[in-house]
Amino acid sequence: MNLSHLSSSELARALAGPGLSLRTGQFTTRIQTRIPAAVEGIGTLYADHPLAPEGSFSDFHVRLLRPAGLRRWYHPQVLFAFDDFIPFKPLPYDHAFPMLEWGLNWCVTSHAHWYLILHAAVVEKNGFAAILPAPPGSGKSTLCAALVNRGWRLLSDELTLINPHSGRIDALARPVSLKNTSIDIIRSFAPDAVFGPLAQDTAKGTVAHMKPSADSVARAHEPATPRWVIFPKYVPDSPPLLTPHPKGHALIQFAENAFNYSVLGTLGYDALARLIAQSDCFDFTYSRLDDAIATFADLAAPHAI
Amino acid sequence: MPSDAHLLRQSLCDPAHTAHLNEIEWDLLIRQARRAGLAPRLRHVLGEAGYIERTPEPIRRHLDTALFVANRHHEALRWEIARILEAVEAVDAPIVFLKGAAYVAAGLPVAAGRIFSDVDILVPKEKIEAIEAALMQYGWAPMKINAYDQRYYRQWMHEIPPLEHVRRQSVIDVHHNILPLTARYHPDAALLLEGSRPSALDPRARVLAPWDMVLHCATHLFHEGETNRSLRDLIDFDGLLRHFGTDPAFWDTLFPRAQILELSRPLFYGLRYASRLLGTPVPESARHAIEHGKPMLPIRFSMDWLAAQGFRPNHASCADALTPLAHFLLYLRGHWLRMPPWLLVRHLFHKAFITPKAKAAKLSR
Repeated sequence: MNLSHLSSSELARALAGPGLSLRTGQFTTRIQTRIPAAVEGIGTLYADHPLAPEGSFSDFHVRLLRPAGLRRWYHPQVLFAFDDFIPFKPLPYDHAFPMLEWGLNWCVTSHAHWYLILHAAVVEKNGFAAILPAPPGSGKSTLCAALVNRGWRLLSDELTLINPHSGRIDALARPVSLKNTSIDIIRSFAPDAVFGPLAQDTAKGTVAHMKPSADSVARAHEPATPRWVIFPKYVPDSPPLLTPHPKGHALIQFAENAFNYSVLGTLGYDALARLIAQSDCFDFTYSRLDDAIATFADLAAPHAI
Repeated sequence: MPSDAHLLRQSLCDPAHTAHLNEIEWDLLIRQARRAGLAPRLRHVLGEAGYIERTPEPIRRHLDTALFVANRHHEALRWEIARILEAVEAVDAPIVFLKGAAYVAAGLPVAAGRIFSDVDILVPKEKIEAIEAALMQYGWAPMKINAYDQRYYRQWMHEIPPLEHVRRQSVIDVHHNILPLTARYHPDAALLLEGSRPSALDPRARVLAPWDMVLHCATHLFHEGETNRSLRDLIDFDGLLRHFGTDPAFWDTLFPRAQILELSRPLFYGLRYASRLLGTPVPESARHAIEHGKPMLPIRFSMDWLAAQGFRPNHASCADALTPLAHFLLYLRGHWLRMPPWLLVRHLFHKAFITPKAKAAKLSR
């Protein structure tokens, strides 16, 4: 059963009571919260996600709650709890939904060490994956959101989950986080895209999340084979320019940005070396999203693979 | 008492128990194991007993990963031990590794699936300064602590403030005894050093003699005041006894040694609760020797209640209405044994009122 089968009052009741068991790719997370912004965000952005049947195992148990005491009235705050453990400092109450998303990322990066987890967006076409690693501000999420609105399947906008044994990438298919001007860029690029609540003045500026396509969610159990590693860079007025990126350098950049490279040791190195060996690595500068879509379409055209 | 409070303990003692768990029970077991720092240990126990194959896949991956990470920690620890030995090479002093680091260095079965954060070493008191200086030359630096804590360590504790490696962030605690100077019991550290022996890993990395290792472990059960890792500590104690206890001579040495080191009481409690809760085998011949450490009935009675509470995982599913009180009393008791009353009052006053105030002042600056 999908979350959208619940009425809004059923959803709120489940979240306020025993919790809602949400399936995102290979994970089941039990979420409890009474905070309206979080309830609304979950209802909007996870509408197509399946719910786990009653009595199933949950990988993670999380709660979003308001700290007790004076903070209820004075500059109210929100806390993220992983079971009985509070991993982060509280955030302003208005940031409840982004906090849930960051918390869910944390659950994966600090527990799912059966994956090598890279800090990169990843999208799929015809079974092949394009990995977009990039420092914040390079337009990684914007490009990822644009591709997902033009027929690419979303695996994740933040966490690339590599199975070190098969070498393939598993999907998360969770909402895409967009910041500041990217929000309006994607709103006008894809007027049909659905957005969750807007959170102002977070550590990352204004943040809004975009709902993943129903297709991405429905196919979240299908892994993809790594094929391209593309370091995107938004440069005003630049024509679309795809240039080879040295593979050794790409490997080092991944190793530095992976969440659990040192935890995995040799297993992580082997997985990364294999991924780089089988992928074409590029730098990609662009200024217009339509150009970027065309470049990616050429890469993924059947004759090109 | 909540019916789930024993799930983790039962599964560790009798892995067959897990064969009939449904997903909801597994769910709770994983949560309790994570909270108690025992997920890798649980994986190890299930693997040894041949029950891991029966574990449903979505659950098994969490257990497998937990043990994988613990094994990686052990690898890192062996490397870290070599770095420490390298740093203190020029100092003429025995370096005795304690607790988790000792279990790994000695290759003891109790190390399997054991996670730990710091490395603890015991050295002669008169060599502390030379060792601290040697470690600092190799990149370990004292962690930033306030003046009160600095004095707390130097004047009253059995260790110096923790040293952290500037690049690796690994932390080492340098001890000159196994209990604080101010504590109720005063084991003679010279005896512990004298009885120490080379470890399997590296002869320069020494470990305590079996009986001393067991006694040190027993002091942890009841002197820490923190209940987060109590069940883990009891499992260490049980694992050491199962390993060393197969040699009958071990028991003949253990009890006289406990008297010499003034640790008969912690040993009494350790044996009492380990055999009750984990079924630790204690030979009949040893039963009468335990009596030395036996406290009066009312004390025993209240400790039994506290222990029953304290050895549960610190998870909501294991708590009842009296759990917070029990944890508070264990905290007080831990401190009570660590320092005389006047010092305790002063210390707790400082921790409750002055430290937070100083912190707040620092933040607002």
